[in-house]
Amino acid sequence: MSFISYLINGISLGSVYALIALGYTMVYGIAKMLNFAHGDVIMVGAFITYTMCSTMGLSPVIGVLAAVVACTLLGMAIEKVAYKPLRKAASPLAVLITAIGVSYLLQNVALLIFGANAKAFTSVVSVPALKLADGQINITGETIVTILSCLVIMAGLMLFINKTKAGQAMLAVSEDKGAAQLMGINVDGTIALTFAIGSGLAAVAGVLLCSAYPSLTPYTGSMPGIKAFVAAVFGGIGSIPGALVGGILLGIIEIFGKAYISSQMADAIVFAVLIVVLLVKPAGLFGKNIQEKV
Amino acid sequence: MKKLSNKKMNKTFRDNLITYGMVIAAYVIMQILVSAGAVSSLIQGLLVPLCTYAILAVSLNLTVGILGELSLGHAGFMCIGAFTSAFFSKVMENTALPSGLRFFCALLIGALFAGIFGLLIGIPVLRLKGDYLAIVTLAFGEIIKNLVNILFVGLDENGFHISFTNTMDLNMSEDGQVIIKGAQGITGTPHDSNFTIGIVLLLVTLFIVLNLIHSRDGRAIMAIRDNTIAAESVGIHITKYKLMAFSISAALAGVAGVLYAHNLSTLTALPKNFGYNMSIMILVFVVLGGIGNIRGSIIASVILTLLPELLRGLNDYRMLIYSIVLIVMMLFNWAPKCIEWREKVAARFKSKKSVKKEAE
Amino acid sequence: MKKFNKFLSVAVASAMVMAMAGCGNTDNGSAATGTNAATESAAASDSAASGSVFKIGGIGPTTGGAAVYGLAVQHGAEIAVEEINAAGGINGYQVEFKFQDDEADAEKSVNAYNALKDWGAQIIDGSTTSGACIAVTDKTKEDNMFQITPSGSAVECVQYDNNFRVCFSDPNQGLASAQYIGENGLAEKIAVIYDSSDVYSSGIYEKFAKEAENQPFEIVAAEAFTADNKTDFSVQLQKAKDAGADMVFLPIYYQESALILTQAAAMGYAPKWFSCDGMDGILGGVDNFDVSLTEGVMLLTPFAADATDDLTQSFVTKYKEKYGETPNQFAADSYDAIYVIKAAIEKSGVTPDMSVSDICDGMKAAMTEITVDGLTGNGMTWTADGEANKAPKAVVIENGAYKAM
Repeated sequence: MSFISYLINGISLGSVYALIALGYTMVYGIAKMLNFAHGDVIMVGAFITYTMCSTMGLSPVIGVLAAVVACTLLGMAIEKVAYKPLRKAASPLAVLITAIGVSYLLQNVALLIFGANAKAFTSVVSVPALKLADGQINITGETIVTILSCLVIMAGLMLFINKTKAGQAMLAVSEDKGAAQLMGINVDGTIALTFAIGSGLAAVAGVLLCSAYPSLTPYTGSMPGIKAFVAAVFGGIGSIPGALVGGILLGIIEIFGKAYISSQMADAIVFAVLIVVLLVKPAGLFGKNIQEKV
Repeated sequence: MKKLSNKKMNKTFRDNLITYGMVIAAYVIMQILVSAGAVSSLIQGLLVPLCTYAILAVSLNLTVGILGELSLGHAGFMCIGAFTSAFFSKVMENTALPSGLRFFCALLIGALFAGIFGLLIGIPVLRLKGDYLAIVTLAFGEIIKNLVNILFVGLDENGFHISFTNTMDLNMSEDGQVIIKGAQGITGTPHDSNFTIGIVLLLVTLFIVLNLIHSRDGRAIMAIRDNTIAAESVGIHITKYKLMAFSISAALAGVAGVLYAHNLSTLTALPKNFGYNMSIMILVFVVLGGIGNIRGSIIASVILTLLPELLRGLNDYRMLIYSIVLIVMMLFNWAPKCIEWREKVAARFKSKKSVKKEAE
Repeated sequence: MKKFNKFLSVAVASAMVMAMAGCGNTDNGSAATGTNAATESAAASDSAASGSVFKIGGIGPTTGGAAVYGLAVQHGAEIAVEEINAAGGINGYQVEFKFQDDEADAEKSVNAYNALKDWGAQIIDGSTTSGACIAVTDKTKEDNMFQITPSGSAVECVQYDNNFRVCFSDPNQGLASAQYIGENGLAEKIAVIYDSSDVYSSGIYEKFAKEAENQPFEIVAAEAFTADNKTDFSVQLQKAKDAGADMVFLPIYYQESALILTQAAAMGYAPKWFSCDGMDGILGGVDNFDVSLTEGVMLLTPFAADATDDLTQSFVTKYKEKYGETPNQFAADSYDAIYVIKAAIEKSGVTPDMSVSDICDGMKAAMTEITVDGLTGNGMTWTADGEANKAPKAVVIENGAYKAM
């Protein structure tokens, strides 16, 4: 019985990683940059919802919507000021470092505004928990909502990318920026749109992360951000179903590692599995292995 | 043709001399200022850390700039160098070994272990490419930190005892001494490093890295960076050279770790000092200073280490301003538009000067 | 694009100017950490000339993940300094206080100490976290500067004769916890959840586990988490539950404890909870936290923010007024540290114009003779090895408030 509850706990944790990884992989796949500030956008989203709902007493729906709108704008602003000027820089690493700067900036602004004390985030989910087998197995409402959101967002993203013009433009930009430009695609606009969507998704992820694990500090986003990066790589960079599967697998591995091997070595186990997977499949589970041509 | 290559040699030679000269000049100036009492305690305390970070930045530049692979686990090698050397020094503390010799041995041990780990990790890691390689190095760095955090090593008359759970598990005799205490790490490492040693180590690091770059091996490594397939087709042994660069870089990070460990009386593996945060910080030094630019790495590491310390007067706003300055410096150094603008300004200055000259 | 470049250069310039302004501040040292402006600036203006103020430096993390503890230490000390200055200072000398950020890192903590030394600090209240504190003890020993740490609980934090502390040491807490549980027969099967990457937590756990062998209870599960992995505690709780533990021992801080209590409630696990002084702050330290979850939690703590004595009440009121938060035990320890410094200065009769080393020698000798009634204990005395003699009080949370056991 404990095996099943570990599995469910793993899926709960993994669904949160997956939700963050979806936004991450989107930006990652199309703009081809590691956005180290993504985790901090998550934190900003959670703080906005916290302020709206717990401090001002507004309804959760308004709180979440406000967070999505604010993070979308924030994402676009960050892209415009910090990333866009470096898009044509001599090395792709330049923009990575600026992203780290933005990450520090967001953390420190949040620290000055909200203080270092942890906030207990009131869950925005009012779905009751699902109890099976005489209450031995307990699936929380947050888990159900997170998994459903993951599926909806994944389906939505795939539809958007495959069926709309803007989505096709994103695909084209991710394949080859120069060629896309020659085809008349507005590359800057497309990348800005990618950041907007990615950051909006980050807000949703932040709210659900803090609903499931209700502790909010200015540093809440950084570790889940790295874990989501791992999940995205696990699934194959840029692959949307890969992010979902990678995230959930990561959660399950983490919980099983803690449960059956050692709770002290949980981090080491997760990363060791990642290394093994990448050595066997060097482009992640769902990644395309591009053969280099001479 | 011969003349041309000669000229080129001279240029790199001169370039290297400037780099060495800069370090030596900085050392001499600081020594004079310190003996004149004109340097604050804060700066005096920072001298060894500055050397540590400069060595780290130079060593990572070997991987990132010369080999052309993104590594996010450099702090892991520093961690290995720090812990193995501190462990050695602690064990040897009460023996007859003179402290200078002890530190020298500790240095060799730290560099050796970090280098071996670099080799072992490099074999699987260097098969990967790009961001996948980056994340695997990050993973190794985190694994090292995690394992060091739960490592317990004790010494009694029966020899060493090792455990990955707690001190009771060590089954030590009464008078045994626990040397590595898990999260509490190693305390009481002898304070063996100083500014002179730091500068000597930095110069040695520079000597190794600059000589490697300008050697036959270094050119092979850079050929791999620029085009792996072309390099392979002219008979360059890819794996050998990649591993060479990677393990030398790791060993030098280990040297920095030794310096770090022997500057503080406590050594713990926190996310802050040996986690991915530190790896990223070193990467920031390298990128800000210019990828592949060794002198730039030193300058950038010095500026970015000093900056938050000099901003201490701002109290609560310190790290905020630091992050803004970091972003602005990155844009200023890297944005193509900024580079263009800088060149334009520089050109205008020049033309003004020449106009003036003509007028005279 | 030109506009953008202009913006950039303005930004660079303003950043530089601000940095310079910052340096200026450090140099003249008059801008303390934003405490009572009137008394402070008055005190500061004549300080440099005549040496008629005591300069106390504080160290702790005010940024980074451990910022909550460093800020508490800073704020607690600031309130004490303000009170002392308003009441006429120490032996008639005003006190200046300056706090430096160390990001809970040993190397940064040494930097912070050096910055304070440049400012002219004569006495150190810090560092806040154990690892950082150990690194600083080496430096204060070299300079023979008096150092009292409010919260550095590792054994080595007081390794030299010039180091003292206000809080309990880690082994002391582990021992006291095990003995208290055993003597009162609170539980038979105990699970421990601790932070294996934290000095404080692993230090308590080790001693607790060692002492458990002599006690009538049994440790059935010892599960860890790390600084990088502290959101999900379901496995640790599940293991405790499966092992049949009737009590869970939490030698950790309240921020993580709040999450553990929430997750245990969600999975319907309700053991007895027992914790140490790190748990203090669970009532009010986490904004918006449902305190009904803490019902029945037992902890050994020297400080309770809702105690009814005058000292605690006036401290808590002032703290809330000034910083809008309920003070935790770190703030209380730091507040006491300043009053301990005051008592030691008064006893020894040292004056600000003496050298740092003379002040230290005087205070060191006085430390074993003073008795201080503070927030974290009545009649606290110190031994020459730096440890405070005070008894931890066991409390249980009932109706959202501490109640003595």
